[in-house]
Amino acid sequence: MEENLPFVIFERPRRLPPNNSMIDEDFTKSLLEKHSYLTQRDSVDWLTVECAPEKLVSFVQSLRDLEGFEILIDLTAIDHGEGEEFRYSTVIHLYSLVHRGYVRIHSICADNDKPAMPSVSGIYPAANWHERETFDMFGIHFSDHPNLKRILMWDEYPYFPLRKDFPLAGIDTPLPADDVVEVTQASVEPAPMMGGPFVSPNSGSMSDSEPRAKDESWTEKKGKPV
Amino acid sequence: MSTTKEISIGDIGSRGAEASTKLDGDKMALNVGPSHPTTHGVLRLIMELDGDLIQKCEPVLGYLHRGDEKIAENMTYNQFVPYTDRLDYLAPLANNVAYALTVEKLTNIEIPPRCQAIRVLVCEMARISSHLLGMGVFGMDAGAWTPFMYTFTEREKLYTLFEELTGARFTTSYTRIGGVARDVPDGWLGRVESFVDQLPKAIGEVEKLLTRNRIFLDRTEGIGEISKEDALAYGLTGPNLRACGIDLDLRKDKPYSGYEQYDFDVPIGTRGDCYDRYLVRIEEVLQSIRIIKQVIKDFPTGAWYAEDAKKIFAPPKEKILSSMEELIQNFMIVTEGPQIPAGEVYFEAENPKGALGFYVVSKGGGVPYRMKIRAPSFCNLSILEKLAPGHFLSDITVILGSLDFVMGECDR
Repeated sequence: MEENLPFVIFERPRRLPPNNSMIDEDFTKSLLEKHSYLTQRDSVDWLTVECAPEKLVSFVQSLRDLEGFEILIDLTAIDHGEGEEFRYSTVIHLYSLVHRGYVRIHSICADNDKPAMPSVSGIYPAANWHERETFDMFGIHFSDHPNLKRILMWDEYPYFPLRKDFPLAGIDTPLPADDVVEVTQASVEPAPMMGGPFVSPNSGSMSDSEPRAKDESWTEKKGKPV
Repeated sequence: MSTTKEISIGDIGSRGAEASTKLDGDKMALNVGPSHPTTHGVLRLIMELDGDLIQKCEPVLGYLHRGDEKIAENMTYNQFVPYTDRLDYLAPLANNVAYALTVEKLTNIEIPPRCQAIRVLVCEMARISSHLLGMGVFGMDAGAWTPFMYTFTEREKLYTLFEELTGARFTTSYTRIGGVARDVPDGWLGRVESFVDQLPKAIGEVEKLLTRNRIFLDRTEGIGEISKEDALAYGLTGPNLRACGIDLDLRKDKPYSGYEQYDFDVPIGTRGDCYDRYLVRIEEVLQSIRIIKQVIKDFPTGAWYAEDAKKIFAPPKEKILSSMEELIQNFMIVTEGPQIPAGEVYFEAENPKGALGFYVVSKGGGVPYRMKIRAPSFCNLSILEKLAPGHFLSDITVILGSLDFVMGECDR
């Protein structure tokens, strides 16, 4: 698949003043004109566009072949939380040696139950592992991916850990090797939440979320455990 | 009486070549790791061999997966600094700085010159420390034990300096959002300078032992060649990308933390083989020494943290203990976390292993909503599936050593 890609390394203008990204208003304007399906988003750093999933592959292909975005720096996803209309979206960062700048592409997954996204690993082989990781952590299915399987967790793992409904402590899960489990009776156990350093939830009052030792999990509002 | 008879033996060379290309033996599956000295950590490789030739190589990751991104979503920004130490644990200071710079990009606080200079200084020291290890163990992978001794002696001196600055040798946790944990101690800069003054001599010893060593050359030259196109397509960064001949150094291309003030060169390789990657690292150490000397020469005075960032950086301890306002300020930052405005930001810093990027989505407040860590080792390793086939089994040790990855940041 990665054989014989039509690939051009663009000539770089070497005399740019430092930190002068060539992704300016003109570039943004012409890009948005060429691709009318894009919508621009506000951003504090780089040019950020939103692209519909069905247009993603052709848009990314044109960015690489015509605009000189040679490197796929990063591909990840965001879980916007349960109850949101569109729960998952993916984020791609591309870097251009010619323009000395990044472009960020958001794509929203239409289906919350079975999130899916077209794979760009045919264009950038670097996306292969990033997409596997995103699938591993969020359960987003990348269609046309050559080898979509888990990369950090083991293959039989049943959950998607970076989803917002997955508890920080983890969930009791059987270990993948049956013969080991038979002898040791071991399983993956949730981490102890009290007494550890990672107790500060996103919500609720801070007095509830302060890290504390096991026996002091009571406050003025909650009774002392018996 | 003896007679002489001429017999034709044909072309020996072509027969030999034919025999070596005819591979018709049984294929063998070989598992390397996850715990194996070659893999520099807990990387596992499942290889398919035909004789000594690698036909297929599948890296298996995840043995050091700790869920850093999930953890980051559940704690305040400053609480995550110690976790960044454990990404690339050979250059924790550079990780600390990259993380702090990312979060600071979301705010509009101005980092004073002294703080920037401290950060550049520790980044370059971290680079030296990481490359010294990279060179040392690379020599060891290629069968040369002695250079490792030289580089580790120098790293030990660096760790003494780190300990004096941060209080810890390895897990430094030095930066805070809006500044650093403490100012440089008295006389420390002089000690750093005398360290970098004597470092080129040690590098010279390593070069004498390795750079023109026949065995080392045989094992590294032309091995693991990566083309420019492949390097870009697989998202390689850092010395591995530059060894392929691509001039991308974020310190030059997108200068941060005041790198634009310093004069240094970026070494670029030509072939992209293991030997080039080694040469690039050697030269980067020498360039880092140049930067460090320039930083120390004009070390700025003044504040070493953003003084006007009242909701982000906790005031110094003597003020907290003597003034009510500062006490409240400190209490709020410790309990609620530094108050970062809503938005999304992506920032990469040129770390020793490549471009370490953080993508932070904030919804305001002291806790990030989502944080993605773009680990250079993760991307650098992804080329292995393409790179390894066609090499001999003995070359995989050298290739892995030259890619200089760290599983701590690869698996996160």
